[in-house]
Amino acid sequence: MPEGQKEGAAGAKPKSARAKSADGAGKSRYDFVEGDRYAPAPESSDHVSLRDSYQLFIGGEWVRAPRRIETINPATGEVLAEVGEAGPRMVDRAVAAARQAYEKTWSEMPGRERGKYLFRLARLIQERAREFAVVETMDGGKPIRESRDIDLPLVAAHFFYYAGWADKLDYAFPGRRARPLGVVGQVIPWNFPLLMAAWKLAPALACGNTVVLKPAETTPLTALKLAELIEEAGFPPGVVNVITGAGKTGQNLVRHPDVDKVAFTGSTAVGKLIQKDLAGTGRRFTLELGGKAANIIFDDAPVNQAVEGIVNGIFFNQGHVCCAGSRLFVQEGIADTVVRKLKRRMETLVLGDPLDKNTDVGAINSQEQLERIRVLVDSGREEGARCWQSGQKLPRKGFWFKPTIFTECAQSHGIVQKEIFGPVLAIQTFRTPEEAVEKANNTPYGLSGGVWTDKGSKIFKITSQIRAGVLWANTFNKFDPASPFGGYKESGIGREGGLQGLAPYVELR
Amino acid sequence: MSTKKRLAVSKTYKLYLGGKFPRTESGRYYELKGRKDTLLANVSRASRKDFRNAVVAARKAWSGWAATTACLRGQILYRVAEMLEGRAGQFEEELRAQGATPVAARKEVTASVDLFVHYAGWSDKYQSLFSSVNPVATPHFNFSMPESTGVVAAVAPEGSGLLGLSSVVAPILVGGNTSVILASHARPLCAITLAEVLNSSDVPGGTVNILTGLRDELLPQFAEHMDVNALLVCSDEAGETRLAQERAAENVKRVIPHADAPLAESPYHILDLQEIKTTWHPVGV
Repeated sequence: MPEGQKEGAAGAKPKSARAKSADGAGKSRYDFVEGDRYAPAPESSDHVSLRDSYQLFIGGEWVRAPRRIETINPATGEVLAEVGEAGPRMVDRAVAAARQAYEKTWSEMPGRERGKYLFRLARLIQERAREFAVVETMDGGKPIRESRDIDLPLVAAHFFYYAGWADKLDYAFPGRRARPLGVVGQVIPWNFPLLMAAWKLAPALACGNTVVLKPAETTPLTALKLAELIEEAGFPPGVVNVITGAGKTGQNLVRHPDVDKVAFTGSTAVGKLIQKDLAGTGRRFTLELGGKAANIIFDDAPVNQAVEGIVNGIFFNQGHVCCAGSRLFVQEGIADTVVRKLKRRMETLVLGDPLDKNTDVGAINSQEQLERIRVLVDSGREEGARCWQSGQKLPRKGFWFKPTIFTECAQSHGIVQKEIFGPVLAIQTFRTPEEAVEKANNTPYGLSGGVWTDKGSKIFKITSQIRAGVLWANTFNKFDPASPFGGYKESGIGREGGLQGLAPYVELR
Repeated sequence: MSTKKRLAVSKTYKLYLGGKFPRTESGRYYELKGRKDTLLANVSRASRKDFRNAVVAARKAWSGWAATTACLRGQILYRVAEMLEGRAGQFEEELRAQGATPVAARKEVTASVDLFVHYAGWSDKYQSLFSSVNPVATPHFNFSMPESTGVVAAVAPEGSGLLGLSSVVAPILVGGNTSVILASHARPLCAITLAEVLNSSDVPGGTVNILTGLRDELLPQFAEHMDVNALLVCSDEAGETRLAQERAAENVKRVIPHADAPLAESPYHILDLQEIKTTWHPVGV
């Protein structure tokens, strides 16, 4: 969907995508309701190597944790594999392995050599990108088109980008010398499981730190497969450790006294707890938290492009995006037109089998998240906003939610204030640019925002007034390893990506 | 008549709030004693309400100050240095009254003047230093640049009445932030006199607000306030830093801890109170 602008409106798909299915079966293996528009075109998964059981990756070895958790495919409910749940002792062991690797090898290694490991890893990821994309989609529910065309290319690019920084840190901070911090504990979310692992690992390792990474409980597989690649790439043991588990495992890692720095991506509520936990310890942290981005459409915007941008802003990855454009502000004069076109466009979205190459909207990541979305949408109805959902049929198994919009929203509504993290858009109107800015900034969040207008001077006026870390003008949800990402206010502290993304992983002397 | 008996006119030290010099709304004070136990001043003991009022003033002033051109901010900071220099004698006298030797007092004042000159020069340069144009792989023009964090609450160093305060005020101010600052409890006199300097240097009212009072009482308020974006604490007390960091989590405040000493001149102190904003724009016809 990010490149949706180029594809034009009304669901015109490239022909090649529906020519034939990769495994030749022509029919999904699962019980998806077939759309009436396209024949199924499932991505083949026979080349994917997935074990039934995964261990923790600690000190270069695969260590079995006695407690096990199952990870399922949210599109089918099928169990994909079981993974270990790291208890406090395993966390200790992982941190100790990282400490040893930090002191014995990684911090002493010349930057150029560190960089070469990262380059090598980037190459290995590129070689196996399709396999990883399929696993990402199976474990998380996101459409294969996104995992294949967005997540995986960005993952490889991120390692490639930071690999090049490893021997150039002296140029990054004028007047200062950068030193690594030590052992970094990283806790990542389930919406971009592998991409978030790359965002966390690449700069940390490039700067000479060692890492204990904990992927989310519902999406651990690609991080574990990444650990296999790290092993294959020949990284010294303990430089990267991957431990799986739920919130408690993450908490033990964050609170571990021998972790020098914590990097967390997830909800604002948990971010605040981490900030409290780390108070007075002198340990550093960066937080990439929730958002409630305003996407502002002026009456001089290219409307068809803007509609694609709205769709990409909120329905990309089922809206499981911290920077999703979940609040739409449309200038009054074009509000009816935009909403009408948006509804028409939403009807053309293909919802279903995430492994199908035609799919635009995949599965909701978990039962728990589905419940959260339902509760918030119900509250929106109760508060008096007008709800409209597109007409796709939902598959019978798995977790699904229809693309949903609310009109007649007030600033005080829960659906306007709270992060929903699902395919749910709250639409409001405005008259003047000042009103748009004031409403857009009326939130404790400040992660991202969008502005649509054909007038350049207006773009820069508005983007400079929106209090958020990433502003998209006439585009939305674009990411790049060279581009810093992170929030103002309660959306977090620190930046990931680009030159500015090095700072959280070094001490300046 | 003889002029020998003329009674000196001593100054009343009040708060600096929203560009005005009010007494604390609480009516409270503490005695500041000089050598031989003489009363130097009844210093205002600011209350939680004073702090809240100061945050309102700072928030109101922020949009204007943040939008001031970099060049003008530099000129205003330089003006602060000029005013400080012009009143050097008064500051030295206050520092001596609060226990400094004449040499130390002289040194502290000149260092403070020079510090404002130093930061005045940064006003239109730190942006270039910390900005970037990012070579993204898609057809977009993408750039990142620093913007002021917003309203900053700061606890100035306790041990240095003028230089400590100046070293906190200048980087906050030059970065386009507005602030509420708690002055040294034991050495508060220069803080209010510095406020007079700021007030006569075209620093808009509300941009810098200075309170005097008790750390124990005000630090928790500084840390908890939901409309404060960042908190700078100069303290050697681990307990104070911990408390500040803990309470600040409620609205994900940026907390910048420092030792209880003047901050060395550095553009990185400006960067500490900036947010990096990245803007994407498509390239095409």
